[in-house]
Amino acid sequence: MTFEPGLYHLLFISTALFFIGVYGFFTRRNLITMLMSVELILNSVNLNFIAFDKYLWPGKLDGLFFTLFIIAIAAAEAAVAIAIIINLYRSHKSIDVENAEDLKY
Amino acid sequence: MSGSTILFYLLAALTLGCGILSVSTRQIFRAAIYLLFSLIGIAGIYFWLQYEFIAAVQIVVYAGGIAVLIIFSIFLTQQAGEKLPKQKIGRKIFSALAVFCAFALTMVQVYQHEFSKIITDAAPATVRNIGEKMLSTEQGGYALPFEVISMLLLAAMVGCIVIALRSKPETK
Repeated sequence: MTFEPGLYHLLFISTALFFIGVYGFFTRRNLITMLMSVELILNSVNLNFIAFDKYLWPGKLDGLFFTLFIIAIAAAEAAVAIAIIINLYRSHKSIDVENAEDLKY
Repeated sequence: MSGSTILFYLLAALTLGCGILSVSTRQIFRAAIYLLFSLIGIAGIYFWLQYEFIAAVQIVVYAGGIAVLIIFSIFLTQQAGEKLPKQKIGRKIFSALAVFCAFALTMVQVYQHEFSKIITDAAPATVRNIGEKMLSTEQGGYALPFEVISMLLLAAMVGCIVIALRSKPETK
């Protein structure tokens, strides 16, 4: 452990960001804020891939491509999720997960 | 401490601080803005690591696309100035405890592990190298995932239109 930033510092940031996202996912009950938490989780994974690509697997660009594809999938996922959320709001007048339980019983 | 080190810690503090505020604030619009700054902080870390292409993609897709999408959907679904309802304190404490324990466990595992570096002939992450590798069909090329991702994006686009298209209210 030194002050010079290295792989472990990046892993610390990405782990902390991941669990911040998990905390938001546990505590929030609004669908849009839950979606924001998922975005934080995906970003922490991207940071992990880039850190390993930089420090352990330099010059191969594999982690970089994983990050690129995760960003593309995250964009598609956010678009579909927001379409579903807006549709839910139209039919239920609320985007709280406690109110969206029609399929539960 | 050199300037580069200080910059790294500033970016890390920006990312983590805004992330915490984003999941803990009770005003949903502020949560979106904090999320935006957290994403910009991550883009700054990519710049610091000299992955300029990924940083640019991060800013374009996340800060430019997803943040704006989220803010628009907040405007469409939320009353202005209304705060989110208070959560049960028990749930908050339990979540924080569980998350902290998992975080500590993961970090202990990470710090105990010795990563072995693989030395290879370095091809720097320039746009030229990225583009050649992305469309290469040889060993280690990424042409097939690229095509699959484009099909996925097309499917997502069609799916969004179908979901958002308001069918005639035949049930009523």
